Amino acid sequence: MIPNIGKPLDRVDGRQKVTGGARYATENKLDRVTYAALVDSTIPAGTIKSIDVAAAKKAPGVLAVISHLNAPKLNPPPPPKPGGGGEQSSSLTESKYLPFSDGTIHYLGQRIAVVVADTLEHAMHGAELVRVTYDAAPARTDIEKYRGEAKDRSQQQPSAFTKGDADAALAGAAVKIDQIYRTPHEHHNPMEAHGLIAAWDGDHLTLHDSSQNIFAVQRTFATLFGIPKENVHVLSPFVGGAFGSKGGVWPHVVITAMAARVVGRPVKLTVTRKQLFFANGHRPQTEQRVALGAGSDGKLVSIIHEGFGQGNEVCSFVEGFTAPTRVIYASPNMRGFHHVVDLNLPSGTYMRGPGDSTGMFALDSAMDEMAYALKIDPLQFRLINHADQDPMSGKPWSSKSLKECYARASERFGWSRRTPEPRSMRDGRNLIGWGMASANRPAHRAPCSARALMRADGTVTVSCGSHEMGMGTATVMSQLAAETLGIPAERVRFEYGDTKLPTAPISAGSLTAASVGSAVFGAASELKRKLGELAGTDPASLDPNNYTAILRQHYLDHIDAQFDAKPPMEDPYSSHAFGAHFVEVAIDEDIPVVRVRRIVSAFAAGKILNEKTARSQCYGGIVWGIGQALLEQTHLDTKLGAFTNVNFAEYLVPVNPDIQSIDVILVEENDPHINPIGVKGIGEVSIVGVVPAIANAVFHATGKRVRDLPITVEKLL
Amino acid sequence: MNPFDYVRAREVSGAISSGSRADAKFIAGGTNLVDLMKCGVERPAHLVDVNDLKLSGIERVSGGIRIGAMARMSDVARHPLVLQSAPAVSQALLASASPQLRNAASIGGNLMQRTRCAYFRELTFAPCNKRNPGSGCAAIDGENRMHAVLGGSDSCIATHPSDLAVAVAALDAVLTLHGPHGDRHVAAADFHLLPGTTPQTEHDLKHGELITSVFIPDAPHTKRSAYLKIRDRSAYEFALASAAVGLEISGGTIHSARIALGGVATKPWRAKFAEAALVGKQPSKEVFRDAAEAEMKSAIPHGQNAYKIELAKRTLVRALSDLAGGAA
Repeated sequence: MIPNIGKPLDRVDGRQKVTGGARYATENKLDRVTYAALVDSTIPAGTIKSIDVAAAKKAPGVLAVISHLNAPKLNPPPPPKPGGGGEQSSSLTESKYLPFSDGTIHYLGQRIAVVVADTLEHAMHGAELVRVTYDAAPARTDIEKYRGEAKDRSQQQPSAFTKGDADAALAGAAVKIDQIYRTPHEHHNPMEAHGLIAAWDGDHLTLHDSSQNIFAVQRTFATLFGIPKENVHVLSPFVGGAFGSKGGVWPHVVITAMAARVVGRPVKLTVTRKQLFFANGHRPQTEQRVALGAGSDGKLVSIIHEGFGQGNEVCSFVEGFTAPTRVIYASPNMRGFHHVVDLNLPSGTYMRGPGDSTGMFALDSAMDEMAYALKIDPLQFRLINHADQDPMSGKPWSSKSLKECYARASERFGWSRRTPEPRSMRDGRNLIGWGMASANRPAHRAPCSARALMRADGTVTVSCGSHEMGMGTATVMSQLAAETLGIPAERVRFEYGDTKLPTAPISAGSLTAASVGSAVFGAASELKRKLGELAGTDPASLDPNNYTAILRQHYLDHIDAQFDAKPPMEDPYSSHAFGAHFVEVAIDEDIPVVRVRRIVSAFAAGKILNEKTARSQCYGGIVWGIGQALLEQTHLDTKLGAFTNVNFAEYLVPVNPDIQSIDVILVEENDPHINPIGVKGIGEVSIVGVVPAIANAVFHATGKRVRDLPITVEKLL
Repeated sequence: MNPFDYVRAREVSGAISSGSRADAKFIAGGTNLVDLMKCGVERPAHLVDVNDLKLSGIERVSGGIRIGAMARMSDVARHPLVLQSAPAVSQALLASASPQLRNAASIGGNLMQRTRCAYFRELTFAPCNKRNPGSGCAAIDGENRMHAVLGGSDSCIATHPSDLAVAVAALDAVLTLHGPHGDRHVAAADFHLLPGTTPQTEHDLKHGELITSVFIPDAPHTKRSAYLKIRDRSAYEFALASAAVGLEISGGTIHSARIALGGVATKPWRAKFAEAALVGKQPSKEVFRDAAEAEMKSAIPHGQNAYKIELAKRTLVRALSDLAGGAA
């Protein structure tokens, strides 16, 4: 039975975080700690001819300068298992190139040497004194030039999907839309920069890292250094934002562990804000063609979504922008793929709503264009094409409340008062635009273990090596255990972020609440079962007030239970979180900078564990969507092969006055099939669809269709 | 990380003698200098801290107001004298940076801030004639969405970043510069220099000289003045285009106009052509548009920044229309 959960409990670690009491990875104090500074490649392609370290080595405080010339040899990790399932032995983001393994330059900003010194200042000074010369090779940096070389390279599943004959259906369709949409490079740059402290004790390695995936870090280092997994201890109790960028092991983590081995002392490394723009992942640039065919009744007969994104030779990430297209609308014919073009540019990686957010921009912009071509209200058009079952697999949904999301958000927004003609709504100097879009995100779940321990005083510790990156895991898991046991949440403490705790999956893909929650619920239920067994009664009829008495009667100072939660091997259902966004923009007609006045969004994501943290997740996703639509872009100088706006003054994210009214509706949804707690995860569905809703509102306001992000003033002048 | 030493000056004379040493730099709020030192663009051997100098007064003097160079941006922006006598200055300051930066940054330092051109700030892989004379300009055919369309040269199209400098250039402000040989006075509009073939020389301040005050003369067009800044996000961003405007209108006729443009030029751009096009005319959208066209005739686009020509025109027309109010 799904427990009664969802209260808007305050964050259990809120006070620690706002008072500075929360200790992040590089804030740990270790004896004899040393400091590392990275040296990065200044060319995008070629080989290192020489590295002159004489001056650096003589500089005050410098203990070591390490590069491919003198780096300890590491065990190359075995290639990832096909299909991506199971426990991978490595989560190196750049799986095809170990740092410092040779003098090859794959992209500008590649980490090519590290200086270790007794202070941070000495390390930075030393790093500036390292002189590198190169044999430069012609660099591939301009995606337009190499578009013909786009290729399939999906890790998880083939990128291509097909159903019916989409091309023939398009050719015969009464109404057609066929357009190209483009998204730029974007960077996560979390407030807590990537960083770690690595310390060796003989063959034991301790890593205080900022990670979304500590057990993968553990496995990776066991492999690289040829030591038992148990010898690698990874701690990551607080993560100051990650958004996908801390899901794998980036070169600097390997380099720091290597450096600690060389100097025989703990080494601390913090990647600088600028360096974070070069080798810690980004959402790669994409070019997407969306072609839609519809009958004059408004029913889609064909969907084609195909294109490519930037990749490189050292990592296998693909921006999977066709993901939402396989799920969100019904069509008898559909096909598509997302390919990559390998360039001499830094590695892409997962970034909040990877694939879904970029792909939905293209798809739901095209849907809006089609709605106009058909002269059907955009909301009505989506209702006509609602997918009653999973369009590709044909499976039933485990639950789906998209129609209710549309209904509730459009009602609260006042959508029925919209006049459809572009430029038909005004407020003084401002053109007003109303736009909408759909959202979806797969509800994933991965195996996870948890332990629950109750002491004789009635306090409970629940343990699971998961992660708290700001989404509220520690809070909702305490809450879930407390509510399962029927005790106040204050009596429960959730331990996490440590590989000595029961194994948890990566915290990504919006799977944490469902995966960790299922394990925590299982462990707490198992604890309750054991208490019932001791008391000789049905656990369901236990009075929580008697827990301590039961322990005392049996002379126990504690009782504990472990639970290994596993998703079913074969799932007869397709599971997704869904949502809908309705947006109002105001655009000064003479000076057309787009301002978002209000957004009303509704989401249906199964059971909500904590209304407050869930809403915060949604606000975060929507704010990010506003930034993605209007501001975010990393400029690339293709001649230099360099990103140029590599700081927070020029890489723009929204500031307070950019964010006006955001109204989030959480649609109640009971999903009896998805997992024991009925939870889908809400971290990413909230960003998906914000961008096209804004782009569609911009069209409604101005009559201009902007198909390349972000929607900046020059595109509307 | 370049080693440097640091002294805190107590008197102007001491500051000047310490600041006259080779490779010495004055530091006030440090909001720009420290940032550039972190990038490695600025590498002073000596830092002379001028925060203790008694130069932060804001006062009425004969014929105008005088603002001490060490006054903080936030204090000047909210000062009643500035609000009453030169609203454009207050508005320019409030449109700058963030509250935290405005609390730290000084007026003199603001006028001395350096360009945000990405190539200027990047030491290791980008050429830049301003940072490294003769190395070339990567911006002219590179990533130049934010770069200047006015006042550029084959050597440099870096945009001057200050909002305040635009307002004071428009309003005929005069800077007092103090050096080993005493004071001299320079018009704010002449203080910053065009890049020409020497983009490394950005202003008329000799080594060892210190800006000590900014004088803003009283005038009807100063009292009726405004600053409009256009940017991608609503706050905390440098201008895409901005306009400082002052108008004296009586009897339905523009008697004097003061205009400078920001965000589109290599220096705070005093718009003399636009001013001339307004004087004697009756304020109207068409007249304002003609003035904007007159000023932007010399603009040169470089690809990504081409939109700034039209945006600057519209920004100026809007600023003038709003300032003229019912008169337009």
